[in-house]
Order: sequence, then structure tokens, then C-alpha cells
Amino acid sequence: MTEDGYNFAYLDEQTKRMIRRAILKAVAIPGYQVPFGSREMPLPYGWGTGGIQVTASIIGRDDTLKVIDQGADDTVNAVSIRKFFARTAGVATTERTEDATIVQTRHRIPETPLAAGQILVYQVPIPEPLRWLEPREAETRKMHALEEYGAMHVRLYEDIARFGHIATSYDYPVRVNGRYLARPSPIPKFDNPKMDRLPALQLFGAGREKRIYAIPPHTEVRSLDFDDHPFEVQTWDEACAFCGAADSFLDEIVTDDRGGRLFVCSDTDYCGKRRAAGHTGSATRDPERGGA
Amino acid sequence: MAAAVTASVLGPGFAAPVPDSQQVFRRVLAAMAEPGSVHEIAVGMTPPPPLDPATAAVCLTLLDFETPVWLDAAADTGETRSWLRFHCGCPLAADAGAARFAVLAAPAAMPPLAGFPLGSEAYPDESATLIIQAASLEAGEAVSLGGPGIEDRRAFRAAGPGEDFWKQRRELEALFPQGVDLVFTAGASLAAVPRSTHVRV
Repeated sequence: MTEDGYNFAYLDEQTKRMIRRAILKAVAIPGYQVPFGSREMPLPYGWGTGGIQVTASIIGRDDTLKVIDQGADDTVNAVSIRKFFARTAGVATTERTEDATIVQTRHRIPETPLAAGQILVYQVPIPEPLRWLEPREAETRKMHALEEYGAMHVRLYEDIARFGHIATSYDYPVRVNGRYLARPSPIPKFDNPKMDRLPALQLFGAGREKRIYAIPPHTEVRSLDFDDHPFEVQTWDEACAFCGAADSFLDEIVTDDRGGRLFVCSDTDYCGKRRAAGHTGSATRDPERGGA
Repeated sequence: MAAAVTASVLGPGFAAPVPDSQQVFRRVLAAMAEPGSVHEIAVGMTPPPPLDPATAAVCLTLLDFETPVWLDAAADTGETRSWLRFHCGCPLAADAGAARFAVLAAPAAMPPLAGFPLGSEAYPDESATLIIQAASLEAGEAVSLGGPGIEDRRAFRAAGPGEDFWKQRRELEALFPQGVDLVFTAGASLAAVPRSTHVRV
């Protein structure tokens, strides 16, 4: 049931138009951060106000919305945002990645490959990849204008000098379409390869920082690296304790105070589907080890 | 105000502004995300001539008091001016160089593309979006598009913009990220060619 007293999807029409224009410019200039007039939302900055404003501006009655927080459909942020749109827009919601037309995400890309026609909306805390290297906005603007991205390579090199490998494990900087340096929001670098030539449209909204950027479908997204230190993703020695998946991103869960721990899929939809299909993991085969 | 705008000359806008503008926006977004792909709008429109339904729908969806609009000679009739002013509340730009949007009903006679705002190196988004009304999006001379949003290459057949237009468009590619974004309309269908697209004639 839709809540009375609000416009469809909460935002007023003029705000939506302004955001829609920003989204179109963002799509036309892949990876470039378009400033927009971010609004006060009924939840604090840092809870996905940028992603919510993008979703509110694109969503229609026919859409089916999925919201994930760190891969999970059932965490506070995901549940409340899904409820927000169910109440203000009356749209259908789902937990199944393949059924969704819009997937709003905090910090993960679903394991199930996204298809053409789907839209992935990222909640972005800090959109500027160069921000911790250069605090002045006027300077980072200039660095983007001049394609002056050497400082980021130096940062990655410092990782190699100190640790022997690139230690950055999330929010790993990417080059979009060979031009703009962009921040993939804090997704683990495990997810970076999924961004490359993704058939779905990717939109990024940063509410506090008031920026929107986008990656159109089939667009090259390259993670920065060096010839002798190529980009690599994390791997685990374990498989998921619930579904046995060895190809998904795993969360480590502490199960007791005696050092017990489990590794389980971060993507709850993917894990649930595998278990429904009969896959088992160490914990589901041997309940002694804890877990479901 | 010299002549009073009477209700008889002022046609309606969207029948249901909220869902209609959302639906049209999603078509424009899909068109912009997949350059050269053609999308149909499914909202009933009775726009003032010479505007096609898709042209008028894109105007209603994207224009408001923040977006100065420039009309080419063919589109610049008293009726379109009042209709746009009333439904969108948009200022009308006297000069193409001051426009954020432009409506071009006669693309064959259009001014140089580089005369529209191209944005700056630091703020390439401060640039114009051109709404170009073509005779057809399927029956024209084919140009080949490539780049973001296109898996391999895609043929695009807008009837109206000629060889010189596409030559100008290709010259602008060197200025990327500066440039203009093009939305093509014909009847109830629309397509887009953003600045990131490489055009081969």
C-alpha cells in the first residue's frame, strides 16, 4: 500500500527532473562525477541517501526493486530502503537478483550475473577517488580534467614497496572507458572484474558529497595495476559453510569465544538459491560445527 | 505580454505527469545508455506543430526553470513557445550558445554543433543536450556507432541530419569529455547519441 501525503517515490517532480538530467550527463560522460542538488532525505547521510535519490528518480510502478547491504537482503539498511520504496512508490520488491529491474546496493555486486536492461544503483560514501590524496576539490577537478592520475599509481606503488603487493582490498580504483578514474564505492576488489563490460547500466549516487556518476553497459572498466604487479582478486582457502560455493565472496563469522568461525557467502540470495538446489557446505552437512 | 495566451491555443501536456515523465525518462535513459537503440514512448500526446509526440514528451520530462531552451527557426512558433513556457516553465534562450537544451525541428538547417555549449574541461556536464527531430529513425542513411553502451557496433539510421552534420559530430569527438549530447526523435520513437559515442559514416 502506498503512503498518502507523499509524491510517488518520495521526491518532488522538480527534484527528480534535476537528478534525471544529472543522470543523463553522467551516462554520456562515463565515470565523470556530475554535481547535483542532493536533498535532505528521511534518513541520515551515510545510509544510502545518494542511492535512494537515484533510485527514486528512475523507479516506476512496473519496476521490481532489490536492495542489498553487503550482499545481504535481510540487513537493516536493505530492509528499510526496500520498505521505503514499497511504501512511497508501491513497487514490487524481490530478493531474487534475476527478477529485479533495479538493484540498489551497498558495497557488493550480486554474484548472479546482471543482464541487459537491469540497472545497478550504488550507494557511494566518497565519490572522489583522489580525495585522500588531494583534499581540495578545485585540484581534483583539475587532475580529472588533465587526466593526471599519477598520484594514484604512486599510492598503489607505496603498497607494493611496503607490503610486497597491492594491499588495497576494497574501493579499488578503476579507469572507466580509458578516461576517468572512478571509485567503485567500497565494493571488495573481488567484485571489480564484474564491472567490466557489464551488460547492465551502473549508476552511482553520493548524497552527502552531491555527486552522480555512471558506467553505461558494455563499457571497459579497468582496475589500475602495474605490468609486474597485475590486478588480482582475493581468494579463500575455505568454501561457503552453508552452500559449499567456492566462487563467491565470503564473510567470516565468529561463532563462539573459543576461536570458532565460519565462512559464508556474503550474497544471501546466491547462497539461498544454491542451498535450495541441494548444495551443501561443511556446516549444513555437520551441524556440530554450528550454523543453520 | 503582448497577446494573451488563450486556452484554445494551449494544448495539454502529459495526462498523468508523474508516471508519464518517469516512463519517458526511462526510455531516454535506455537510449542514452545504449546509443543508437530506438525506443517507443507509450504516452498520448497532442503537442503543438511542428513538435512530434516524442520531442514534446522529452521536453516535458527534462525541461524546467533551470534549463534555458533554444528553438531553431522551424520550432520557434508562437504556439510552441507558449506551450513550452506554460508546461515546462523554461526560459527561452535567444542565443544557441546560452542554451542547456535545444529543440531542432529542421535538422538540415541546423547551426554548427560547436556553437552550442560544450562544457569546460573541469565541468563537461555544463553542456547542451540537443533534441533533434528527424523524419524517421529507421529510414535514413546508416552511420555506424561504437563506444560505451555498444557491445560491438550499431547501425543508426536517422533521416534528416546529413553528411556535414555527422562530420561536425566526429570533429567534436576530439574534444571529449567536452561535447554535446544528442537525442533524436521521430513520431513516438527516440534514440540518443551521447558524446562518448564514436561515429563512423
